[in-house]
Order: sequence, then C-alpha cells, then structure tokens
Amino acid sequence: MADGIKKYDSALLCKMLEQMVLIRRFEEKAAQSYGLKKIGGFCHLYIGQEAVAVGAIAAIDLTKDYVITAYRDHGHALAVGMDANVIMAELYGRIEGCSRGKGGSMHLFDADKHFYGGHGIVGAHIPLAAGMAMKIKYREEDGVVLCFFGDGAIHQGSFHETLNMASVWKLPVIYICENNQYGMGTDFRRVSSQPQLYKMADSYNMPGIEVDGMDVLAMYDCIKETAEQVRDDNVPVLIEAKTYRYQGHSMSDPGTYRTKDEVASYKENDPIVILNNKMAAAGLIDDKQYKELDDKCKKIAADSAEFAEKSQQPDIKTMYEDIFA
Amino acid sequence: MPVITYREALRQAIDEEMARDDSVLLMGEEVAQYNGAYKVSRGLLDKYGDKRVIDTPITEESFTGIGIGAAMAGLRPIIEWMTFNFSFQAFDQIVNNAAKMRYMSGGQFKLPIVFRGPNGPAEWLSSQHSQACAAFYSHVPGLKVISAATAYDAKGLLKSAIRDDNPVIFMEAEFLYGLEGEVPEEEYLIPIGQADIKRQGKDLTIITFGKVLHTALKAAKELEVDGIDVEVIDLRTLRPLDEGAIIKSVNKTGRCIVVDESWPYASVGSYIAWFVSNRCFDMLDAQVELVSSEDIPMPYNHRLEVAAQPSVEKIMAAAEKVLYLN
Repeated sequence: MADGIKKYDSALLCKMLEQMVLIRRFEEKAAQSYGLKKIGGFCHLYIGQEAVAVGAIAAIDLTKDYVITAYRDHGHALAVGMDANVIMAELYGRIEGCSRGKGGSMHLFDADKHFYGGHGIVGAHIPLAAGMAMKIKYREEDGVVLCFFGDGAIHQGSFHETLNMASVWKLPVIYICENNQYGMGTDFRRVSSQPQLYKMADSYNMPGIEVDGMDVLAMYDCIKETAEQVRDDNVPVLIEAKTYRYQGHSMSDPGTYRTKDEVASYKENDPIVILNNKMAAAGLIDDKQYKELDDKCKKIAADSAEFAEKSQQPDIKTMYEDIFA
Repeated sequence: MPVITYREALRQAIDEEMARDDSVLLMGEEVAQYNGAYKVSRGLLDKYGDKRVIDTPITEESFTGIGIGAAMAGLRPIIEWMTFNFSFQAFDQIVNNAAKMRYMSGGQFKLPIVFRGPNGPAEWLSSQHSQACAAFYSHVPGLKVISAATAYDAKGLLKSAIRDDNPVIFMEAEFLYGLEGEVPEEEYLIPIGQADIKRQGKDLTIITFGKVLHTALKAAKELEVDGIDVEVIDLRTLRPLDEGAIIKSVNKTGRCIVVDESWPYASVGSYIAWFVSNRCFDMLDAQVELVSSEDIPMPYNHRLEVAAQPSVEKIMAAAEKVLYLN
C-alpha cells in the first residue's frame, strides 16, 4: 500500500488531502447554515464525491486549462482555489459572494481562475465546454478543458450532440461523468440503455475510460495521463468516474430511494479515509497531523460562515447591474 | 451610392468585421462549403478558410452552445441559424446560457456573440417554417434584439452587433435577402437601440419592424392619396427599445397603429401598443390599433397564408378606425 504512493510528491498528496477535507468540512457547514435558513433554494452537497474534483483538478494547470461543472459545484470551486469566504458568501446571497449574490449555490464562477461555473440546467453546460476548447484550439494554445457533469446529464441531447462535434473538430476537452449512480432519485441503471457510461464514447469515435472516483490518486493519474494525451493529439476523451454522494440529491431530499446498507458500504470506501490511510502507511502523516489539518479545515469553514454572515446584503440597485457589458 | 441587395449588405458586414478582428468567426449549417443556405456567406470560406467559416452538423443546441462557450472564453462567434424556426432547438442555450451568464456570475463574463438568420413567414412552408419569433427573444432580459428591414440598416446594424460585447439576436427574412437598397462604400455603423423614421408625417404614426415595414410604407403611400400624412417608425432594435422615438412621434400625431407580423397575443406589437397607451395617453385622439398575423398556426395554402398576415388592406382598415373615417 505504501509503495505505490511514493511516486507522488508529498506536497501534492498533502494538498489533495487537505482539499478533500476542506470540501467535506465546508459542505457540513453549508448544510448547517441551510438548516438555519441562512442559505435558501437548492443546495447540492459534494460530500462523498470529493476525490473526483480534487484529483482531476490537481492534475491540470489552471494558467492554461479550464474547468466547468454543473450545479453540484462547491467542491470544484474549492478545488480550483477559490476562497471559501466568497463561496460561502455567495451561498448566503451576499454582495461579497463571488457572483455578487446573483448566482447562489449553483452558480459559482471565477473567471480569473478559469473556473467557468456553476451551471443549473442539466447537461446545458456541455456545449459550453466544447466552445471553450474551441477557443483554445483556435488560438493554438496548449490548454485543455475539464467538463464535469452527472450521470443524469449523460442522456441529454446536448451531451450527444456535443461529443459528436468535439470529436469531429478534435477539440481539447475532457468530459468527466461523475456517476454518483442517482440522477436525483433515479438509479442510473433504470434509465441507461448502456449502464457502462464510458462506453458511450465509442459512438463518437473517442476514448472512453472508467475510473474509481472514490480514489483521488486514481483520478489524478487518469486525468494527468489523459490531459497529456489530449494536449498532444487534440482528441477529446470521455471519463466515467464511479462515485457516490452520501447526502440526498439536494438539501430537500431525504434519499429514501437508497438503502442504509448501500450508503454505509460506500462510506467504508471514503475517499478521505483511503488517501489518509495510504499516506499514514507511508509515514507521510500521523494522527496528530491529520487532526491539525482537519481542525484547520473546520476553522476555514467556520470562518467562511462568519464572513458570509457579516457580508452585506446587496443594495437593491445592484439587481439592475451585470445584465449587459 | 452603390445599390446592393440586403444579402450582399449582410455579407459585407461579416466580411469587413472578419477582416478587422480575427476573433470573429462564422458557424452554422451550410455556411462554408455550400456558401450559405441563403448565400449570405458566399465567398467567405475561400477568403477566410475553414478555421473561421465553419460548417456544423444539424445540431442547433450544441453549435449554439459551443458558440456561447467560445464567446465566454474570448472569441466573437456569429451563429447562423438556417431559420429562426430552428432556433427553438437552441432555445435553452440562448435563454439560460447566453442571456444569463454575465448576470449569474456577477459581471465576470462578456458574451460577444451574434445569432442571426431569417425570421418570419416566407411562403408555402406551413406552420413549422413560418414563425415570427421576435416576441420569444425580446421577452428575455440579457439579450439585445435587432430586426433590420433594409440593406442599409442590415449592414450598419450587423456590424454593430458583431462589435457588441453582449448576445445579440439579429433577425433577417427570406423575402428581404433579394431586396435592393443604397449602401455607402465607406464604413458606417448604426447604433443598437435607435429607431429610424422611415417616413415623416403628421396625422398618424405607424410603428413597425422587419419586413412588414415595407407593407406599412405601401399603406402610407395609399393613405397619402386620401390626404392622410403618415409617419412610419422602424424600430430596428426591439431590445433595448427606443422609447423616446415612439413617444415623440405619437405625441406629434396623436394616433398610432402598431404593425407586427407575429401573433397578437403577448407579442412585441402588443407591448408597444400598451406602452403607447400608457405613455401617450393624454395625447392620443384614438385607441391604439394592432395589426398582426392571425392567431393561428400558419397554413400551407397560399391564399390562406397571405390572409393570415398583415397586409396593406388591414393597415388601411386600422387607419380608418384611428382616424374615425367610418
């Protein structure tokens, strides 16, 4: 167990562990604030899926690469390095939120960090990712686009139309289906003619890869290798990351369509525990260090809620702003 | 001044802007090798190559969305829909992505993109291919909407639309592509948001846009025979609306007919009629009349489809009402 991990830079491992723990603690704090009605509307938590965004985004270079995702976006926003404060302030709908309180939980953006959202219509951001990749190719840049979406989005026409075009036009985009196995309350096997979702790539003459989305190192390796290939060959790739969300689809979903045993079995395969155990076995972290890291993340999450609480409500006149450039 | 077709005016606008700015590109069905379904893009593939003049598969949702993503990342795509009837396949991309991305991100993104193609009925095409779509898009905050009725306006407004940093819906018409008009050789731009008085008059204001402008102008000429002096306002831009031009004209004439080739219910025309009634109430000498298409899907039969649309006769009848001639 310890041998495999030695090929990774220890700073990288620590960063990925910390990001996963931060996402976990941030989401727990968001759930708490939601319960207190500080956050309203839809709020989709990323708990359980942390390894997918963290491993994938750690493997790219955001000075030239781009990330875009759907509405379960808090984890990706933290993984690209957005400040927890401005994310939480956005969840609270405050003026110091990253989207000035106009986007909320589903619409986090950071243009400077090449994080292009935060999108609320299932599958509708899949063409946008190809457009971003088109710009990279048009300008003869070296970047790739990571586009995350769920198993619910894979049956949308936008996915099929866009993969066809991305393949024909050889666009540098990596489509990452985060298969958490339930599109809201629907088991993906009930609605998928091809339940091995990565095989849908075959129809579009592009590589399809299945990866363990609970293992951050597997995610990292997969995207590192794929991104290099995409940079070299300009061929888009579809990746299916098998993962699981511990919570309901959103805060209003008790998740009664899943058995307690099923949820418990996935928690035994927790992405944070997996990496921490591997690092501990290799002598890269001990219990005390993990606790320090965890305390630090808890504090960032708590501080973000405090920051959001203190941030101002947007002035009424701001509702007329940001419509046109 | 050279006389060219509306089609050629559009082509010149695209050509000049592509020459001026290498971030401008044209995408759509049949725009490249086929030279455009209506030949608007004739010659552009040869001039600019397939990197900038791009044929797409028949997948309006995704090529529209790809254009929007490219615009977010800094290109300036022109998306050609073969007709606005097909734009409904891409409706979600326009309404949920193009119109809202800047707003939802708190102003982090610009969306410099133009969506253009023929709008409204041509002939013998039945219901799915004969729709006037102005109301669908004008309803949406975050979009600018243009409807150009002459070659001169088409060129000047399309150039402005391409240079604009916001999503612009640009509506043309099959029946306008062959229309000729004077277009100067030197470069010019027409600002978005400015109506144009196509005919000065003092007795009655007709407010219209798009190809029925020409129906309105014919009606104005006929009314002139009866000694009625009609002012015709061509809105040119439907969003943002040139409210000042409307108010000024109606306050002068005291009578108003709105001509819109869309369906009457919840249309641009019905909004303008409300707007005039609301803002010019004290100056109106008669109720505002709306001449629209009939409230039906378009039939195929030519006699029926002509009867379903605004006509000189319908505008004359409306004029008789607002002038109390009967």
